[in-house]
Formats: sequence, C-alpha cells, structure tokens
Amino acid sequence: MSGTLFLDYASLAALALLTLALLLAVLQIVRGETLPDRVLGLDLLTMLGAGYIGVIAVRTGILLYVDIAIALALAGFLATLAFARYVQHRGERNGSRIEGEGR
Amino acid sequence: MIAEIARYSAGVLLVVGAMFGLLSAIGILRLPDLYTRMHAASKAGTVGVGLIFVAIAVISFSAPVILRALAGIFFLVLTTPVSAHLLARAAYYAGFHPAKLTVADDLDAQINRGDRAHNRHDSV
Repeated sequence: MSGTLFLDYASLAALALLTLALLLAVLQIVRGETLPDRVLGLDLLTMLGAGYIGVIAVRTGILLYVDIAIALALAGFLATLAFARYVQHRGERNGSRIEGEGR
Repeated sequence: MIAEIARYSAGVLLVVGAMFGLLSAIGILRLPDLYTRMHAASKAGTVGVGLIFVAIAVISFSAPVILRALAGIFFLVLTTPVSAHLLARAAYYAGFHPAKLTVADDLDAQINRGDRAHNRHDSV
C-alpha cells in the first residue's frame, strides 16, 4: 500500500472516530445532570472541532486550516472562562450550597 | 522516501489522536461527577488534538506550518488546564458537591475552617 493511500484511509478512520466522539459529547451536553457538566461538554466539543479541522487540513492538503483550528481553540477557551464566571456568580446569588449533586 | 515515511507516520498519528479524542468523550459520559470528568476532558482531549497537530507538522515539510502547529500545541497545553481548573473551582464554590465515591476533599476542610469569605471572593 502506498503512503498516499494509507494516509487517505487513516484520515478517513480518524474522521469517523472524531465524529463518534462529537456525537458522544453532544449526548453529554443534552444529558447534562448539572450546568458545569454541560459547560465541560461544550469545552470538549470545541476542542474536538479543532481536531476535526486538523484532520480536514491533512485530507485536503490546505494546511492554512491550522490557523482556523487554533482560532477555534482560543474561542473555546474564552467561552469556558466566561461560563465559569457565570457558574460561580449564579451559585452565589442562589445563596447557600446546592444539594442533590453527585449522587 | 522521506515523504513516504512522513505520510505513514502522519496517518498513524491521526488515528491515535482521534482515538484519544473518542476516549475523552467516553470518559466524560462514564465518569461519576464533574471533577472526575475534568480529567478525561482536559488530559485526553489535549493529547488527542495535540497529536493531530503533530501529524500536520510532520506532513507539511514547510517551516511556517510546522511553527504554527507547534504554537497550537503550546497554546493548547497552556490554556486547557487553566480552563479546567477554573471551571472546577467555580463549580466547587458555587456548591456542586463531588460524588459520594470521593475519598479526600481537602478544599472542604479548608473552607470550613472559618475563613470562608476570603476563600469565596479571590477566585475566578
């Protein structure tokens, strides 16, 4: 098997695995349990999206996509930052400890 | 010859990286509470996306793309632990308890020692 063909199949397999991972992350966001769990799911979703763009960059040969992946990772980081602030402030406004988490 | 080796190793790196990504997604579903899920999401996720960036660096043979991929990995390693720690801290101070399986909780002892106001307002 030549290198080009191997890379083609390997990137296809990577795309399939990442698609499954994205679906599981979405399932976690829908299932949720608590708000921070959903935020964590969103964080993972943007990170997996950056990986997806990376695999697409290898497949198409347009390596400029790396910039887009880095930008997406940055946006995800800032979003998690803002959500963490929101989680903390909401917890403080609701008064004392929130019960019923963690089974 | 070199290009052929680069293609094979990039293919392997892509599949392994995607497997780490899938592993982190499974971990986030299977683990019992937020604080253990953080391990799966931040560690395995970073390694997965990092390996995909390494694959791009290996296959490109051009200095600007290699530098960009390395900068992406550096950035990822820098920011992911920060965001995970920040979210865990915010969730803890907002009152989300760890799972019943948790063995040690040093932060709880620290908070309930009396200097609660100090601890609550210097975070985030």
